[in-house]
Amino acid sequence: MIYLDNAATTQKKPQCVADALLEALNTMGNGGRGAHGTALKASRAIYDARRKIAQLMHCSRADHVVFTCNSTEALNIAIRGILNPGDHVISTDLEHNSVLRPLYELEAHHNVALSFVSANRQGLVDYDDFEKLIRPETRAIVCTHASNLTGEILDLYKIGEIAHKHNLLLLVDASQTAGCVDIDMEAMHIDVVCFTGHKGLYGPQGTGGLCIREGVEIRPFKLGGTGIHSYSKTQPEEYPTRLEAGTLNSHGIMGLSAALDFLQETGIDTIYAKEHELMMRFYNGVVNIPGVTVYGDFTPGHPRTAVVTLNIRDYDSSAVSDELAECYDIATRPGAHCAPRMHYALGTQDQGAVRFSFSWFSTEEEVDAAITAVKEIAEG
Amino acid sequence: MRQKKPALVVTFAATSDAMAMERYCTEHNLPGRLIPIPREIHAGCGLAWKTEPEEKEAFTKSLEEAGIRWEDMAVLELWG
Repeated sequence: MIYLDNAATTQKKPQCVADALLEALNTMGNGGRGAHGTALKASRAIYDARRKIAQLMHCSRADHVVFTCNSTEALNIAIRGILNPGDHVISTDLEHNSVLRPLYELEAHHNVALSFVSANRQGLVDYDDFEKLIRPETRAIVCTHASNLTGEILDLYKIGEIAHKHNLLLLVDASQTAGCVDIDMEAMHIDVVCFTGHKGLYGPQGTGGLCIREGVEIRPFKLGGTGIHSYSKTQPEEYPTRLEAGTLNSHGIMGLSAALDFLQETGIDTIYAKEHELMMRFYNGVVNIPGVTVYGDFTPGHPRTAVVTLNIRDYDSSAVSDELAECYDIATRPGAHCAPRMHYALGTQDQGAVRFSFSWFSTEEEVDAAITAVKEIAEG
Repeated sequence: MRQKKPALVVTFAATSDAMAMERYCTEHNLPGRLIPIPREIHAGCGLAWKTEPEEKEAFTKSLEEAGIRWEDMAVLELWG
């Protein structure tokens, strides 16, 4: 099978991740629940992973890295735990439902007002719009680092400057970029960055988290056992314990930790360069095929993740993806990609689109086979 | 049970602080180990760092310089 759905999850992982998971399953106790060897092994592995994530994201404190089961959970914790009635929030058309639905819920039931920076037909934003939408009651900008649909990367340096200038919080969804693109919480003025472990970080599903700038207060969304201060009637105030009631996925976190070692050894820049080479090879192979429409900006040097999203004629994207899977054994993602506003921006809300997404483990041979498949389908 | 003897015990507000302590002490060859928190400090669960009482002054100075956070520090009679 040719797997080109890496923006959904990187299906092929480094061997060290599988090895670490197996070791964790066979040897690990419950982190923070006791001082015997196996419990301490879990506590140490979790702490090591916090340190590695903090280093990756330029988060000043490892104890402000909170683990969750995925990016959606992290975004819900951040969005619902920070915003208050009366707040106004600026977001964008590029967002995934993991950002949109928590925001819409706050708008509908908690008197939070929303404004969205529009994307044009290419899926690009005008950065001046962020500043134009600011009101006296604006509290935060909540935005993705990159569109999961087109791969367009938002310039967080620019957005962070605007947030910093107007004393706004900046909450970032890094689901599509963590491990693929540099994220610098300090330089980008990010207050909270939410990530998932199973995409560009090459870790197991069921891992993710948020990195919190020192001084940013997030209300706990769940309360319970923390392994500390058991007779207190209230949840401990300190991060990460405040947001981590219950047993963590320490097995998965140990796998994620091994994946972070792989990234460190391989180099994010090296991975980015290879993925982009493959992406451009595919783009150049399909862009001029009659009947093929490719979405997004592929100008050399334009920042983007390794995604090529297209449609063939007026074919239903689901039918094209199914044809690719059944006749060519190529895995892609059709439909709406949980990104409704972006599909409206592109005008693809009825047809959907077929997303090809590449990883470090993709090959030129796989890309060429996908180009041939698109060509044959387009020729009918 | 092992014999009781004096020990310096350091407690923490979060498990991650205890892990930071262990890492720092290992890297700097400071003696001690993590133990379940003794009831003399407070009842419940959690981790504490146990080391020799005579280390207190140098130990405290090192931790303050390194910015390692702890909650309480006391000398107790502990088994082992």
